[in-house]
Amino acid sequence: VCIHRVRSCSNIRFIKSKYVCVFDKSALKFSHQQRLFRTSAVSCGQIVQFKLSDIGEGITEVTVKEWYIKEGDSVSQFDSICEVQSDKASVTITSRYDGVIRKLHYSIDEIALVGKPLVDIEIDASKGVSPEEDVVETPPMSHEEHTHQEIKGHKTLATPAVRRLAMENNIKLSEIVGTGKDNRVLKEDILNYLAKQTGAILPPSPKAEIVPPLRKTEAVPAAPKDKARKIPVPVSRPIVFSGKDKTEPVTGFQKAMVKTMSAALKIPHFGYCDEIDLTQLVQLREELKPLAEIRGVKLSFMPFFIKAASLGLLQYPILNASLDESCQNVTYKASHNIGVAMDTEQGLIVPNVKNVQVCSVFDIAVELNRLQSLGSAGQLGTSDLTGGTFTLSNIGTIGGTYAKPVILPPEVAIGALGKIQVLPRYNGKGEVFKAQIMNVSWSADHRVIDGATMARFSNLWKSYLENPASMLLDLK
Amino acid sequence: MVLQSLKNCLGLSCILRTPKACFRSTASGGLIIQSVSNDVYQNLAVEDWIHDHMDLEKQQILFLWRNSPAVVIGRHQNPWQECNLRLLRQKNIKLARRRSGGGTVYHDLGNINLTFFTTRKKYQRMENLKLVVKALKALRPQLDVHVTDRYDILLDRQYKISGTAAKLGRTSAYHHCTLLCNADKFVLSSVLKSPYKGLKSNATPSVPALVKNLFEEDPSLTSEMLLDAIAKEYAAQHQIDHHITLINPADETLLPGISNKTKELQTWEWVYGKTPKFSISTCLNMAYQDSVLDIKVNMDVKNGKIEVCHIDLPEQWLPPGLYSELVKSLTGSKFCPNETTTLVTTLLRVCPQDNELHSRWSLLCENMIMLM
Repeated sequence: VCIHRVRSCSNIRFIKSKYVCVFDKSALKFSHQQRLFRTSAVSCGQIVQFKLSDIGEGITEVTVKEWYIKEGDSVSQFDSICEVQSDKASVTITSRYDGVIRKLHYSIDEIALVGKPLVDIEIDASKGVSPEEDVVETPPMSHEEHTHQEIKGHKTLATPAVRRLAMENNIKLSEIVGTGKDNRVLKEDILNYLAKQTGAILPPSPKAEIVPPLRKTEAVPAAPKDKARKIPVPVSRPIVFSGKDKTEPVTGFQKAMVKTMSAALKIPHFGYCDEIDLTQLVQLREELKPLAEIRGVKLSFMPFFIKAASLGLLQYPILNASLDESCQNVTYKASHNIGVAMDTEQGLIVPNVKNVQVCSVFDIAVELNRLQSLGSAGQLGTSDLTGGTFTLSNIGTIGGTYAKPVILPPEVAIGALGKIQVLPRYNGKGEVFKAQIMNVSWSADHRVIDGATMARFSNLWKSYLENPASMLLDLK
Repeated sequence: MVLQSLKNCLGLSCILRTPKACFRSTASGGLIIQSVSNDVYQNLAVEDWIHDHMDLEKQQILFLWRNSPAVVIGRHQNPWQECNLRLLRQKNIKLARRRSGGGTVYHDLGNINLTFFTTRKKYQRMENLKLVVKALKALRPQLDVHVTDRYDILLDRQYKISGTAAKLGRTSAYHHCTLLCNADKFVLSSVLKSPYKGLKSNATPSVPALVKNLFEEDPSLTSEMLLDAIAKEYAAQHQIDHHITLINPADETLLPGISNKTKELQTWEWVYGKTPKFSISTCLNMAYQDSVLDIKVNMDVKNGKIEVCHIDLPEQWLPPGLYSELVKSLTGSKFCPNETTTLVTTLLRVCPQDNELHSRWSLLCENMIMLM
């Protein structure tokens, strides 16, 4: 065993690296806790060779499958170092020491030998850990260091690393409820306790970011107030903000959005909005819903909106067109492939219903059901997602009234539908009645579409929906 | 405030109706629990929870569980190598990655899972399997079952009815194994056959074996009978009451932190992202117009994401700008059909609207997606 005796420093940089085992439960709940102390560039402390301990069953060698740390990372006692595999058994090797990883003796897929050095760890010399700890022997549990704090006659079990963390944060171990074995206080118990003190919201998953603690009123005016308002006194405890900026590359769905929206930016948009009285349509849908259910189909409002749009496009085909890259030619698309914006776990996708011009409202409902279930299962095919000529976005299911939708190239128009609200309106006789009102916000490409065309299309679409019986006249 | 967690509850016999005998502090103390859930992720989460939180010094634990159709791969395996992912998606069969090593198994309600929890010191796979064989023989003495040195249980010296895997942590360990009672062998063989060609990796490969259900050997056997027989034998060997405690893996009060564990097991990052680095070197056979094109594809996939992608297209088959856009988009994305579909259909929006181009693009992309 090779020990380097160097000038020891009293402070150790305590930074929990993000490479520390994903399965470590403290790492799971919190991104990290950062404490920076002055350190010197020169290494201090002795380097101990941590040997691969006995796996059991007479096994002499294992394959290294994954490293949870890399050279230069800080580790604490019991942190996971790597995962090795031997004959159908996967073993998590944990650190016996607090310190800094100085050398990994194996790379991934190499065979590691039991009893031979696995990693070199530089530990704090002041701790004085004897090299005998390294020897191949029974599992670490029998050699655990327990440090007892006797406060008010109550012994609190905690490891040295946990004790240090408590000390750094001025916490009395006796105030913390331990959730470890024998009510031992664990690192996560301290972090939990800290988070509660500062009001920080605990992230539900390792990816979530920690929201900064909400501060109570800060700037209290010196001038006397007329109203005897009770202003809460700011908390004088030092508030620990343990969040950190996180940078990740833009990939996958986000990349797709970046591409589409950057292209959309080149289109000169204009908007046109209106409100639609859906009172009659709501009634009609209520009557038709059970009929559709008998046929095994869920009937929403969208099939009506989509069919009405298609009828409108028959009169104003320029809205179903495409302008080429050089803006030299406009192609009037024969098919009305109407896209429906869908919100999935990963983000926005827009599958389209093909050939709405020859579909009945029921056909559209069937197709929508199919697209929705594929969409939520993440199994939409390329043909479902290409070939769209016009898009409707029913943002109202989430909320909102008016919107400013962005046109999806190579299309030239898009409509965003707000939520349906019950509002008071006047009827023909001047009486107030309850109306089911929905707002629509259109955006169109001003290079090929003018305001008048958009307005007329919108009026036609609106008339079909406000008086659904009129759709019957023009249905093909 | 300390939540009533499982380990505390078990000390309070009133809550789980567990006889006090279970908590005797003799070396042979034991506890038998059974999951009421058939969700593979929930059940795997229970294993994690017990492994992380329970003190197994005074009592060992036997955990009994069954899952609705799922394929479970070992910790260091490659799902593309091990199973037919397309078929899994079609049939809505779940894919899970467990934390123990070993090979791939197919689970359904006709397959029972047994997990033996002990301290790391008392880790003993052979003894556990011998216990299972003893239980089987006690139930049906005429059964020809024995344990091999690969920790499999064979029926009639040829058919594998049980596979084993294990996980060792700092202070505790578990050994789990399956037992084929009445699983759907047809689905089993079709989902465990990978259609993906040209994969090269150091992931742990599975060793295919001839399997048979115990039910085929003796139609009077049911999963319940087998679970009961094994529990009985375990109880006898640990000198405890033959009593099975039911637990609900969704109970956060009983198992604090379990829902986080369950969620983590379902994330893409765990199931697919933990695949050891691998490469694909294959050939797409695309029928286009009147000819068939052979397109060589080479990809490196690390952490489930495409690191390097090279497609050997005939010159000018696609405009070069578009080809490089495709490669750029794919690089760094998940090796996942859903993500790739979104990316390639989006790219189509911003390229020239030419029918010929679109059909070539769709053909190429659909073939690429088939690799995933």
